[in-house]
Amino acid sequence: VCPGDTSVLAGVYGPAEAKISKELPDRAALEVLLRPKVGLPGVLERSREQLLRQTCEAVVLGVLHPRTAVSLVLQVLSDAGSLLSCCLNAACMALLDAGLPLTALFCGVTCTLQPDGAILLDPTARQEQEARATLTFAIASTGRKVLMSTTKGSCSVEEMQHCLATAQRAADTIFQFYRDSVSRRYSK
Amino acid sequence: QVWQIRLDMHLLNHDGNITDAASIAGIVALCHFRRPDVSVQGEEVTVYTPEERDPVPLSIHHMPICVSFAFFHQGTYLLVDPTEREERVMHGLLVIAMNKHEEICTIQTSGVVMLLPDQILRCSKITAVKVAEITELIQKALENDQKARKEGGKFGFAESIPNQRITAFKMESAAVDTNDVEQQAGEIIAKADPPSEVFTNPVLHTPGTAQIGEGVESSWGDLEESEKEEAAEEEGESEAAAFECEKVKTEDTSTLRETNGDEPIVLSDSEEEEVVILKPQELPRKTR
Repeated sequence: VCPGDTSVLAGVYGPAEAKISKELPDRAALEVLLRPKVGLPGVLERSREQLLRQTCEAVVLGVLHPRTAVSLVLQVLSDAGSLLSCCLNAACMALLDAGLPLTALFCGVTCTLQPDGAILLDPTARQEQEARATLTFAIASTGRKVLMSTTKGSCSVEEMQHCLATAQRAADTIFQFYRDSVSRRYSK
Repeated sequence: QVWQIRLDMHLLNHDGNITDAASIAGIVALCHFRRPDVSVQGEEVTVYTPEERDPVPLSIHHMPICVSFAFFHQGTYLLVDPTEREERVMHGLLVIAMNKHEEICTIQTSGVVMLLPDQILRCSKITAVKVAEITELIQKALENDQKARKEGGKFGFAESIPNQRITAFKMESAAVDTNDVEQQAGEIIAKADPPSEVFTNPVLHTPGTAQIGEGVESSWGDLEESEKEEAAEEEGESEAAAFECEKVKTEDTSTLRETNGDEPIVLSDSEEEEVVILKPQELPRKTR
């Protein structure tokens, strides 16, 4: 059975006026909302929101817009594996499309270590389940630096470095996709 | 024991008339849904997993579809299926829910417009025509989906997004060049410092609960700290404890106590101004 692909809808609102309780005096306050496909947002969504928030805070130039709020809303439309990296990519493209000032672009890559030692990029849900470890990295466009990494399962340091290097390679393809999409969107 | 059905609707784009869209989405979702098969023998209830037995559809008796009408100027002008702009300036709204057997399921008016009976009758005739078309579309879509699933083609939300539109982009899975990856990774590992501590594997008590290292019996009210096994018990936090003390919330797992007894312990967020380390090694208690 071939299920649908993972899709996430992302929307960025801001910089808009922030609530007094939430505003920061020197930078923009970034808030991320992740809505799952079924049910109400739970603890898993909250932890993912924080991961996304930390990643975005690293790239968004919040100091240019103090005392404002930037809202990033993500809606999961379908989940067929590699959800977190899909959210990261959607978030970056949304920030890009909204025209927010960014220091770098970022992309999300998921890597799994299969029991036989093989490394799989962008796994399907089944591959994720069978994997020994699933690692997700957020990789910046400048110098392919790592912005965020999260691991589920256990792996050795060498394996992690191996996955990271592979993910950095994959990031090239993703950034090329960003470029193509943006040029297509604005070519008209 | 009964089944509970939950219908979650996500509004992706609001360009008017969400009532109609939501009613169509809802009824199609319910028609499309498959629930696990159940067999009841007297008091015994067996629920089969989707692998054991194919899930069965819900029993849908009929499909009510909403159609909305916007009125302007006391019913002089009538618009079917208003867009967002039209909705904002309309004077009155009439919603009729009907099924393909031309039975009215719901009828609701709102706004400042007073409607005549023949206007409502006219609207219901329009509704009948619309509902017939929409029901046919729904049936066709459900059949296509069923066919695609049987034949093993691709189905689902991502497939239904049209590829040609400017705002939709698809990229087929691309191969990634990983020739030098091994070498690159090897270089990084060689340059990096080896990990300073080896952590014991977590012990799984029950699914969802794990323990790293062994707990230490709390010595509240205990003046002497028995110098116990320090190196044998590590937690992942022990390194962090030396640098980022604010992360460590000492509830019961006294992670602070596990650092080597001999080194001076830096408690950066200790509330005391002067940290006096008594002999034998009594750690100042955090007043949290």
